[in-house]
Amino acid sequence: MSGVRVLVGTRKGAFILTADGKRQRWDVSGPLFSGWEIYHVKGSPADPNRLYASQTSGWFGQIIQRSDDGGKTWHQPGTPPGEPTTTPQGWPKGESNKFVYDTSSETGKPLTTHQWYDGTQHPWEFKRVWHLEPSLDDPDVVYAGVEDAAMFRSTDGGKTWHELAGLRGHGTGSRWMPGAGGMGLHSILIDPSDPRRLFIAISAAGCFRTDDGGRTWKPINRGLHSQYIPDPTAEVGHCVHRIALHRERPRVLFMQKHFDVMRSDDAGENWHEVSGNLPSDFGFPIDVHAHEPDTVYVVPIQGDSGRFPPEGKLRVFRSRTGGNEWQPLTKGLPQEHCYVNVLREAMAVDRLDKCGVYFGTTGGQVYGSADAGDTWTPIVRDLPAVLSVEVQTLS
Amino acid sequence: MIRVVLPYHLRLLASVNGEVSLAVEGRATQRSVLDALEARYPMLRGTIRDHVTGRRRALLRFFACAEDLSHEEPDAPLPEAVASGAEPFFVVGAIAGG
Repeated sequence: MSGVRVLVGTRKGAFILTADGKRQRWDVSGPLFSGWEIYHVKGSPADPNRLYASQTSGWFGQIIQRSDDGGKTWHQPGTPPGEPTTTPQGWPKGESNKFVYDTSSETGKPLTTHQWYDGTQHPWEFKRVWHLEPSLDDPDVVYAGVEDAAMFRSTDGGKTWHELAGLRGHGTGSRWMPGAGGMGLHSILIDPSDPRRLFIAISAAGCFRTDDGGRTWKPINRGLHSQYIPDPTAEVGHCVHRIALHRERPRVLFMQKHFDVMRSDDAGENWHEVSGNLPSDFGFPIDVHAHEPDTVYVVPIQGDSGRFPPEGKLRVFRSRTGGNEWQPLTKGLPQEHCYVNVLREAMAVDRLDKCGVYFGTTGGQVYGSADAGDTWTPIVRDLPAVLSVEVQTLS
Repeated sequence: MIRVVLPYHLRLLASVNGEVSLAVEGRATQRSVLDALEARYPMLRGTIRDHVTGRRRALLRFFACAEDLSHEEPDAPLPEAVASGAEPFFVVGAIAGG
């Protein structure tokens, strides 16, 4: 029987919401890792029982958690409970939370600097993992997007991590700068038709693409226009909030930028604006319907001030035309006195028919729609502030 | 044996209740105690000291015998009462945030 598992990361732990294919009755479990910030939880497309979670804390740093049973039990990869804490060779385990920028002369680059808030140069410092993206076909391969912005990969189920240093060493790094939330690499998209092609996005550097599995990267920001940088059409420096693609049409990308909703029809080589009739072109998440490549969802937020929904009305906007023409979806969502935000990782879709859409708010609500956004229901109302929402469609 | 008291979240990660008792070879210092702690509980590597620099994480403090030892040199000897096990070595999360 089909069903869905919604993986929710919050400021104070993770929650797992499950339902059958009707998506009417929900079981809410959690908090997992209570008291920790859970930036992201995501399941492997190759093995739905394999989940990865980024558990982070200003006090204790970064922890990677892994579940091999769909979220029932968790362990730090490489150090399962009850197993010896050293390898047969006597080496201590505990490398799963070790994210070290590659500075080796063979594969890495000298640890360079990036632009700081005041315009001065600042050294790269690892802070946390923002995003975990499991490979499409191997549950032991997973990518991590981190702050300060860099890309890491594990090929052993999260036990050890190695930087794909060609991104940070690309040459434009000194012009990258942190957004208000930090300089995080938050979006990782794998091209289903060519797993060696990945798209990533960084706040505030912009989008980059690799066509060789992460060895070399190029900025793909032509067509972006950002008034908040000295050269509004610069090669890098754009505050891209989120990018999304449809797996059957991976050359078409959609972007929610810090002002402007954008679209590319050529794998990011060129972008054009599709904000159209949105009440605000500012927002954080963007996602694409599972079965309709031209159906796109955004949540407009008042950008110049407030950072809450325009007019206090929480509205998801849906375009069925690949942008420009947007329709507000309001049924079941609060249409007065609503001043929450919806963060960049906090929206996802399932693959059932009809497509389900889910998003979480900084007010702790997780809303779900089992009819592609026509109607919405709060699955849970009073969680800690939601940082991320992912969905697994289970068969 | 040297007694170490960990904050709640680190006890949970290490799956321990109460104090941890560690045998430390040689002189008891912050470094030797934390080395022994991480060898026994590798899941704590990186949570108290930075993986790369080995420095104490900014929002953690080290207390013992009613003194703040956080700014002592890592290889400075710990008080005799800690070395003998009479007093525990506290790893404490700083009071910050909600």
